[in-house]
Amino acid sequence: MSTWDNNPVLKVEHLTMRFGGLTAINDLSFNIGRGDITALIGPNGAGKTTVFNCITGFYKPTEGRLVMNRSNGEKHLLERMADFKITADAKVARTFQNIRLFGGMTILENLMVAQHNPLMVASNWTIGGLLGLGGYKKSNVDAIETAKYWLERIDLIDRADAPAADLSYGDQRRLEIARAMCTGPELLCLDEPAAGLNPKESLELNNLLQYIRKEHDTSVVLIEHDMSVVMEISDHVVVLDYGVKISDGSPEFVKNDPHVIAAYLGVEDDEVDQVEEEVGIA
Amino acid sequence: MQARQKDSLLVASVKDSLGAAVITFALACVMIGLRVDVASGRGAELFLEHRWLAVAVAVLVVFAGRLAMNIFFWKREDPPSLNLSGLMPKGGLGAGSSNIIKYGLLGLAVVLPFVLMFWLGARGSRQYIDLAILVLTYVMLGWGLNIVVGLAGLLDLGYVAFYAVGAYSYALLAHYFGFSFWLCLPLAGILAAFWGIILGFPVLRLRGDYLAIVTLAFGEIIRVVLLNWYQFTGGPDGLSGIPRPSFFGLEFTRGEGGFASFFGLDYSSIHRIIFLYYLIFAMALFTNFVTMRLRRMPIGRAWEALREDEIACRALGINTTNTKLTAFALGAMFAGFAGSFFATRQGFISPESFTFLESAIILAIVVLGGLGSQIGVVIAAIVMIGGFEFFREFEEYRMLVFGMIMVVIMVWKPRGLISSRTPSVALSRNAKGISADLVQEGHG
Ligand SMILES: Nc1ncnc2c1ncn2[C@@H]1O[C@H](COP(=O)(O)OP(=O)(O)O)[C@@H](O)[C@H]1O
Ligand SMILES: [Mg+2]
Repeated sequence: MSTWDNNPVLKVEHLTMRFGGLTAINDLSFNIGRGDITALIGPNGAGKTTVFNCITGFYKPTEGRLVMNRSNGEKHLLERMADFKITADAKVARTFQNIRLFGGMTILENLMVAQHNPLMVASNWTIGGLLGLGGYKKSNVDAIETAKYWLERIDLIDRADAPAADLSYGDQRRLEIARAMCTGPELLCLDEPAAGLNPKESLELNNLLQYIRKEHDTSVVLIEHDMSVVMEISDHVVVLDYGVKISDGSPEFVKNDPHVIAAYLGVEDDEVDQVEEEVGIA
Repeated sequence: MQARQKDSLLVASVKDSLGAAVITFALACVMIGLRVDVASGRGAELFLEHRWLAVAVAVLVVFAGRLAMNIFFWKREDPPSLNLSGLMPKGGLGAGSSNIIKYGLLGLAVVLPFVLMFWLGARGSRQYIDLAILVLTYVMLGWGLNIVVGLAGLLDLGYVAFYAVGAYSYALLAHYFGFSFWLCLPLAGILAAFWGIILGFPVLRLRGDYLAIVTLAFGEIIRVVLLNWYQFTGGPDGLSGIPRPSFFGLEFTRGEGGFASFFGLDYSSIHRIIFLYYLIFAMALFTNFVTMRLRRMPIGRAWEALREDEIACRALGINTTNTKLTAFALGAMFAGFAGSFFATRQGFISPESFTFLESAIILAIVVLGGLGSQIGVVIAAIVMIGGFEFFREFEEYRMLVFGMIMVVIMVWKPRGLISSRTPSVALSRNAKGISADLVQEGHG
């Protein structure tokens, strides 16, 4: 029995998602280990983003269960919860394949919005804050400190007051991760965080993810195409193809799994060489 | 290269305009050139009149107009609309000049009644103080709507409904229970907010155009109910004899116990006008104060985030329905306050004062001022409401001019007069405003 089965932070059980006649995910089960970096890989259209949308409540699964085990012992059945509750109560945060920052707000503001819920409580749902009661001021300062902490991690502290839309692509990706981290998640879902990054940005991203795993009680699940990234940073790999799980195990195991090689080779004839190289069997 | 391009611009424009002229000629020959008339002299016989001059004029006008539009707007690579906006300072006003305007206007508003009194006397200044009261009412309404449209990005076309709820709340409470203005002012705000929540709950699931249409319909429904519930609201006759506000219990009446005799002044009806002026001034400032404070609080930031990207908000654990509802209810509350002020100032209200045109004017003030900009709303309200009143003589052309100004401003400064967003929180002291080009308008 592997480590991710002993103490999973999220159990995906018999997850099925249909859109009309199209079955995007079919009876998918896997575990996400606490403290692991788990990679979800598979060809385009395999249903990876759909899995994330089910976990974070943006889609209601047709069938199946999603059990989130928080470190304080609480259990949450994600398939029954509203999307914002999943972040607020079950502590699952996510980023998007097409970046969704608040472009017209500053970088600092982006990180402050992410701390909305604790700040609302501290401001007695605005009333206390409006009247200038003490508790809110302190929480506000703390929230700014948290934001600064993450800004230092992603090297954007000097640009804290610049609009988020002015950032380069790589910076935007990392800001979106920092923003998700500001919600204090126990599970962080990253949808293709390395897509479109140059090697330097990609390296910075790796460092950020390693740092998050080392210093925070946050398990990470990420969708990734770049095999070198997957092999380097992940502890556990789940491979999807046409909505079905075709492999599940350590990076070493998955790399040599004939199902995976077949699936990847079966994608497109002209991609064979490239894929072979990526998977490392060429 | 340059010359050839100029040439082709001219040639293309002339060709296009000639085509238009030919079409006009064909149409005008029949529609303008021939006129059937009854000849009075010859026993009511029909006769045909040819008006070739009119046809020629029509064709020429179309040709010249189209040529001008082609050359200056349509076929150019750099239409003057672009050049025009280039003439304006980029990124809106700098922090310095914007502050000067802000405090200048504030100072002016504080001393305005006395300056006018000093200058024009009690009789002559009354009309202008009345106008200033009207402008301030719209400033307050604009600021209230700015929360909904400018901050939260929810397009509300029925805002006047809450203004009506506020006005009728006060009028009815005073009519049936004899409540005073000062008691009714908060009640009117609460009732309007309550209606905001009731209407908002089903409506706020919709987005964009749908939201706009449904809020428009709700605005009309409230007006139609007021119009038809004759026994309760007086229907089209309206409600009259609405009590005037008192100054800490002092009525603005002649004789013993009135405001004038208490302060040892000679009675003058202008006292009440000046009092009303400062009342709406204080109410508007209160609206602004609350809004500016809320902007720096989590709820205000959530409104703006909602305008930027609703899905991202939900992914950050923000309850978007509640957040929208608070914006809607708060905007409605300020409209309710303004409504009860309107009722007490007029002494008479009827559903006619709460037509869609009012909503449109308030929205125009917000949009022209620059979505989300507080000082922009003030400038737009002064220009629009002041302009309306100054051009009262040209009654028929007012709407025409109003439309033209809107078009010019939208071409000139598409994001409104003040188009820069101040960050709600900043690390450095001299954080710059965010150019409106980056700020989203919201999708509902
Ligand atoms: N909202 C939706 N409605 C219909 N089909 C969808 C929807 N979302 C995803 N799909 C389909 O589900 C399949 C998986 O998509 P997706 O999860 O985005 O794949 P990927 O693995 O590339 O992220 C695709 O065939 C896609 O067209
Ligand atoms: Mg995807």
